[in-house]
Amino acid sequence: MRRKTRSAAFAVLAVGAMLIASACGSDSDGDSSSKGGDTTITWWHNSNNEPGKGYYEQVAKDFEADHPGVKIEISAMAHEDMVDKLAASFQSGDLPDIYMERGGGELADHVEAGLVRDISDDASEEIDKIGGSVAGWQVDGKTYALPFSLGVVGFWYNTDLFDKAGITETPTTMSDLYDTIAKLKAADITPISVGAGDKWPAAHYWYYTALRSCSEDVLKGAVTSLDFSDPCFVKAGEVVEDLLKTEPFNPGFLSTPAQEGATSASGLLATGKVAMEMQGHWEPGVMQGLTDNGQGLGDKTGWFPFPAVEDGAGDPAAQLGGGDAWAVSEGAPDEAVEFVKYLLSDDVQIGFAENDMGLPTNPAASGSVSDPALAGLLEVRDAAPFVQLYFDTAFGESVGGAMNDEIALLFAGKASPQDVVDATQQAAADQG
Amino acid sequence: MSHEGAAVTAAPAHAEVTRRARSRRVTPRQDGPWRQRLEITLFVTPALTLMALFVVWPIASAVRMSFYRWKGFGPMDDFVGWRNYDRVLTDEVFTDAVVHNFTIVVLSILVQLPLGLAVALLLNRKIRFRGLLRTIVFVPYVVAEVIAGVIWFQLLQPESGVVDGLISGVGLTPPEQGFLGTPNLALWTVFAVLTWKYLGLAILLFMAGLQSVPDELYEAAQLDGASWWQTQRRIAIPLLGPTIRTWAFLSMIGSIQLFDMVWILTGGGPANATTTMATYLINQGTQRHNYGIAGAASVVLFVIGFVMALAYQMLVLRRDTQTER
Repeated sequence: MRRKTRSAAFAVLAVGAMLIASACGSDSDGDSSSKGGDTTITWWHNSNNEPGKGYYEQVAKDFEADHPGVKIEISAMAHEDMVDKLAASFQSGDLPDIYMERGGGELADHVEAGLVRDISDDASEEIDKIGGSVAGWQVDGKTYALPFSLGVVGFWYNTDLFDKAGITETPTTMSDLYDTIAKLKAADITPISVGAGDKWPAAHYWYYTALRSCSEDVLKGAVTSLDFSDPCFVKAGEVVEDLLKTEPFNPGFLSTPAQEGATSASGLLATGKVAMEMQGHWEPGVMQGLTDNGQGLGDKTGWFPFPAVEDGAGDPAAQLGGGDAWAVSEGAPDEAVEFVKYLLSDDVQIGFAENDMGLPTNPAASGSVSDPALAGLLEVRDAAPFVQLYFDTAFGESVGGAMNDEIALLFAGKASPQDVVDATQQAAADQG
Repeated sequence: MSHEGAAVTAAPAHAEVTRRARSRRVTPRQDGPWRQRLEITLFVTPALTLMALFVVWPIASAVRMSFYRWKGFGPMDDFVGWRNYDRVLTDEVFTDAVVHNFTIVVLSILVQLPLGLAVALLLNRKIRFRGLLRTIVFVPYVVAEVIAGVIWFQLLQPESGVVDGLISGVGLTPPEQGFLGTPNLALWTVFAVLTWKYLGLAILLFMAGLQSVPDELYEAAQLDGASWWQTQRRIAIPLLGPTIRTWAFLSMIGSIQLFDMVWILTGGGPANATTTMATYLINQGTQRHNYGIAGAASVVLFVIGFVMALAYQMLVLRRDTQTER
């Protein structure tokens, strides 16, 4: 008898669970479909705050007005949500018509799986206009997405703290940087914060020292062949070790997160606890979110590019960066390609820049960025002979992740420069 | 039923009742197997369906995944045999993770068992504010794991954190890189937080176990002149045996699956000093997109957990479950 009651209870529980499960799973219907001549385009993006959200709604409306019968269904999501949903979509193969691609090895995998539409011919005009920046979204000479925002990584710093330490000029070489660090420490200021707990912020240091130590040809070759035998890659690690020897980082940097909360690397810079942090172009926005008044560092925000590595073979003007691009999924209607082209048009990109939504790739919009720090960053980007896509993105998660893990070990003093090269090479071999 | 005939002749009315009672009892027995089977099917199917959907199928798909190289999308067609297992088992990060898991298993039992037992025995005495003390001890266990983790993460911040403040307040020097940022200290720190969090459960279980110890035994012992310590040592603790063994089982399984607290406090770092099998497989799967390797690691974790659970059931818990029946 006891048994029976128990299984009955189970049944009730099970039925209840099923009801809940079915109630939760019934509202997901994001299919693109053409009904009686009308075309619906689904579009996912991560500008879920104003002014970006409203701006994109307006852009979609304008496009719909010009293209009767086309309806654009927008899903504006928080970035992390979008990344998770996209990952699930790639698994099921049921992608939105237009979505964001970060390029590099990740894109190459999606292309290999036949998920992305080749837009080389359809959007050739826009590709020409964007120029070299589009390289990160090309696989075997074909273009699969149009970058709409491309930023570079550099040092964000607190101009007040620099003044306090008597620093008048931002460093342009590594030894300048070491001097700057020494001056800040002498003034009892923690020089740099780094979110090595998240690994990629630490890895960016190695990427930059590699970019400064290796010639463009060696780098371009390594990205395609995944051959890291050139000694410049070991040198990159040695430069990082030299930097670590000056002990420039915030206490506990090995477990510091990149940008979550006031004790994260970005939080420390935003609250004036450290003098600088090397981060991407998104940093001002992140810092605004981490301060009570929503100002971040406000007018104390300064920016300078990564310094040159003495006797390095790399071009000191080359920059490390990355961005977001609009991709069209395989099987999406032609109107989706039209819309992506429209998103890269002069008008839309100028509006995008005026709303400080990112760093536009269409040169026509370059002058419209209002934020002074971002405008300076944009100048550096446009003056760069080339912008190297973040290595972890360029190599894909598998190789990039192994590389980042090993660089984090280098930061902890548990791996040598040679180990970083070996681990990356090993991951590349396992993948191939 | 042997004297049924006699009953009929002696008292027809009574016989009528017996017959009716008999027939009522017999009828279900005739089509019993059918009805019973139907009932069982009806009641068990939903549970079995759920189990198949959420337990059996994921396990099967993880096993399948572990034999392929797969990035998480596209067709799963790159069969690599045992290679993923080879890579997991020869990966130092994974073998270290196994060591970390077992360190936590052993430490939990070595530290939390005596500590929990001591507090339970103390709180079982009639002391002032007993109810309040019991509540305080149990509060950490009730706090959600993620919230507790985030709070401890902030408390343990180097320099600005409360813990560092207290330590330097009494004149000691806290570790320069913080408790969570120093590779040699991180695992111990995580364990300390886990103990803070889960000691309450041990104490609660032990106190519940102590309630079932009959007062007569204590009284008898006291009459025989046993001291408080002797009654605890000879009566309470031995009678707590089944509770202790069950707690140890729960603690072991929890330590083997350890994920949330580590993920929040350190993410497995610094320098892989606190990776567990679960953080390893999450890292390989969702972050590096090596789903085959993650699958292999999850199968290894499953096998280790399963073997341990079975062995513990057979060797330690057997007599407890037998007496229950």
